[in-house]
Amino acid sequence: MEIKKLTATEIAEKVRNQELTAQECIEATFQRISQVDEKVRAYITLTKNQALEHARKIDQKARKGEKLGRLAGVPIAVKDNICTRGTRTTCASKMLENFTPPYDATVIRRINAEDCVIVGKTNMDEFAMGTSTETSHFNPTHNPWDLNRVPGGSSGGSAAAVSSGEATLALGSDTGGSIRCPASFVGVTGLKPTYGLVSRYGLIAYANSLEQIGPIAKTTQDCALLLNVIAGPDESDSTSLPQQPPNYTDSLATSLQGLRIGIPKETLGEGTDSNVENAVHNCSTKLEELGAKCQETTLPTLNYALAAYYLIAMSEASSNLARFDGMRYGYRIDDDDLDWSAVYSKSRREGFGPEVKRRIILGTYALSAGYYDRLFMKALKVVTLIRRDFDRAFKSFDALITPTMPIPAFKIGEKIDDLISLYMCDIDTVPVNLAGLPAISFPAGFSNGLPIGVQAIAPPLREDLTLKVAYAFEQNTDFGKKSPNL
Amino acid sequence: MSEVKIGLEVHCQLTSLKTKLFCHCSSDYRGKPPNTLTCPTCLGIPGAMPAVNRRAVDVAVMVALALKCEVSPTTWFFRKNYFYPDLDKNFQISQYDRAGGVPIAVNGQITFTANKARKKVHIGRIHLEEDPGKLFYQGTIDTSPYTLIDYNRAGIPLLEIVTEPEFQKPAEARVFLQKIRSILEHLRVSDGTLEGSMRCDANISLQGGDRVEIKNISSFKDVERALGFEVMRQRDLLKKGMKPIMETRHWDEIKRVTLGLRVKEKEQDYRYFLEPDLVPLSISKEQIEKISRQMPELPDSRRERLMKEYGLPEYDGEVLTNDRALADFFEECTKIYNRPKAVSNWLMGDVLQCLYSLEVDIAESKITPQHLVEMLTLIDNGEISMKIAKKVLWDIVKTGKMPSAIVEEKGIRRITDDSMLNRFAEQVFKENPKAAEDAMTDEKAAHYLVGKMMALTQGRADPEKTNVVIKRKLEERRRH
Repeated sequence: MEIKKLTATEIAEKVRNQELTAQECIEATFQRISQVDEKVRAYITLTKNQALEHARKIDQKARKGEKLGRLAGVPIAVKDNICTRGTRTTCASKMLENFTPPYDATVIRRINAEDCVIVGKTNMDEFAMGTSTETSHFNPTHNPWDLNRVPGGSSGGSAAAVSSGEATLALGSDTGGSIRCPASFVGVTGLKPTYGLVSRYGLIAYANSLEQIGPIAKTTQDCALLLNVIAGPDESDSTSLPQQPPNYTDSLATSLQGLRIGIPKETLGEGTDSNVENAVHNCSTKLEELGAKCQETTLPTLNYALAAYYLIAMSEASSNLARFDGMRYGYRIDDDDLDWSAVYSKSRREGFGPEVKRRIILGTYALSAGYYDRLFMKALKVVTLIRRDFDRAFKSFDALITPTMPIPAFKIGEKIDDLISLYMCDIDTVPVNLAGLPAISFPAGFSNGLPIGVQAIAPPLREDLTLKVAYAFEQNTDFGKKSPNL
Repeated sequence: MSEVKIGLEVHCQLTSLKTKLFCHCSSDYRGKPPNTLTCPTCLGIPGAMPAVNRRAVDVAVMVALALKCEVSPTTWFFRKNYFYPDLDKNFQISQYDRAGGVPIAVNGQITFTANKARKKVHIGRIHLEEDPGKLFYQGTIDTSPYTLIDYNRAGIPLLEIVTEPEFQKPAEARVFLQKIRSILEHLRVSDGTLEGSMRCDANISLQGGDRVEIKNISSFKDVERALGFEVMRQRDLLKKGMKPIMETRHWDEIKRVTLGLRVKEKEQDYRYFLEPDLVPLSISKEQIEKISRQMPELPDSRRERLMKEYGLPEYDGEVLTNDRALADFFEECTKIYNRPKAVSNWLMGDVLQCLYSLEVDIAESKITPQHLVEMLTLIDNGEISMKIAKKVLWDIVKTGKMPSAIVEEKGIRRITDDSMLNRFAEQVFKENPKAAEDAMTDEKAAHYLVGKMMALTQGRADPEKTNVVIKRKLEERRRH
């Protein structure tokens, strides 16, 4: 069976109708993993035994005539910063190399309740701090389209697993573009939900006020299906929104008649690869053919987004990561003669990688007395301005489209020592996190054989509009139907 | 004399709550095996998130209203960042009054009586925050080879009540703390008798010196002692022309001195910022009104009622209501005994003195209203003297036996029988011939003989009857 040719929607239907067993799906997935993961290295931990056992239970339920869930038998890859009870959750860090959570994240409970099967935990930038999955303590993940290139980050393992057919669905997390960036680099669809739509309970925090868990899939419909399962209020997460979400698969339509789409000029031009820019223009032409009205617009405050993003994210990170002191869990240096503060600092020195330490130090600085007002507070003011800019834009437009990334996937090692140019890659994705908006990245072109993604942004809680744009485009183009040769 | 300025930071656990501040764990941690009342949230396990216990907010609002504070319509939680082993996350979720922060309540006041003068002290702000875990050492902090941590206490709801630096004398601080405790107990939100349920840091400065903070003070008496020590130490420095420096000092309750910990060049940088995992907390007018309607009687209005209902002087009312258990005890007594002032006198005098020297609270002591009332009845009936009663009281508090049983057991009932009193009188005359002779003409010598008789009977002889018997004997002698 060619598992990689089936969508999650198809698998769940076949398993429910007993045309296919969950066990067959999971076995086929592990077969694919054994064929290609040596090259891609999408996973940190594979959970083959649990997955097969889980699949057999689902099949038993099916045989007994019990009702199966909406994701019955669908193999899913989970980013390794989402807590899974009994399965180690490392954040791709030496610090948590042997950390096994005693509880499941809310999203894990929700996918389990729908009979989805976790096949493994995926590689990522350490503590989600990166744009390339190169800062992982374990190893880089390779882009399935060109193994010498990065898959993007920080959810690089999740996106690469879906792209290479090593999982049908994946969960990622997006703090400044960490779902959309790798989705665009490996040619799949990834959605960052409205802040508060999906519970963060169980997501190991990098920057709490910015991040969301979201779906990654080969098709828009699969993204909508997974979003249906994970979205909705959760009393364990105080920042989760109280509204009951709509059925997102209902919003998928092939016509975009009357839809007003804006293209912020700040996201094109200098610094953006010409092939990427062309992809955005071709996309807008296609959307117009489908009934939308596209028009250039301006959001001048976007120019300040990157600086504000890094200040806020690093500040929150410096506090979030303080708990990793080696005492209750995680890496601890082997020296009983030291006092507690020396054990803390030495464990942290050895347990964290350089990018994590850099962000902790910069964040600590930004929150310090004397700098708080000048740096952190100023960044919060910029956020207010950016939100206003988006509010204004959404008075004239139903959605905005931009490049997801200004460039296609770069080579492994190419940018890791050039931090500014690496951070600059997030320029089109971070404003969305600062404003708490939903955004989707969908395949919209190729540049020398490398996928290019376009991002659609909508007002808060209008995931349906982003899905609608992506779906209409997908149904009328071939970019998402191509697969890498592995 | 240089001016003394003292401010207090009082931390009160809201012990009436069943669960912790940010998770569903039980908050009944005392006496429980270590680390059994924990969950991912209060252990700081990665990925776990806090969710506010709304009941704790209601209780905090109730305390704020009782302290005459303004309750904030919207309040925020902040992270206070510092590394310490008792903190499960290496930050504490607290509140802040700067950087855009708004504490749950501000601008309150408490009035109390210290050294017979009424005094008003302003409450700057009240914070709702989580208690850290508890550290255990083998021996002392300096010599222990290890530290054990119990996170059962981590996340217990805590109110931090911060006063303006308006106390001038250490004794005022003690009375203030008693008053706060009484208010919390009248509200039934905190049981001050539980170990560690009320903790206090103090800051003190003398004119011409910097502010000194004192930590680790475990009892109200020690607050007074520690502040008294600091006044002396700082006054001494100033006299020698030296300036007390800004620092934090540790109270050593055994040596009864404060010891310098670390010099505070500037405020320790806690890098406060908004807790991003919690949303702003809104407290509606309706909620505040509902809570104020449910507000139980507070010490001040209870004092007024006791004065009106029982005709007590203001002083009595103040002393009794400064301790809810004491006021409750008083009112229980008056239900079964109709001389309230006598009850009040005994409670404020001998009963408190006795409890104080035995270092027990009235609520946990063995004396009950039934004990005291029976004892007062014995006095009223002339069965024991006041002097004997004072001794009986100690036995009650120590043993919990009923006063009549103590009187019976010890054979200390008053002697009123004439023939017995006559026999004792004869013995006194025989043993004191000189005084007996003088007493024929000298009133003073006659009193001396009465005193001797009381001594001989160990105070049991009825004083009035003794007078009569002695006088009668002297009459007889004069006639012979």
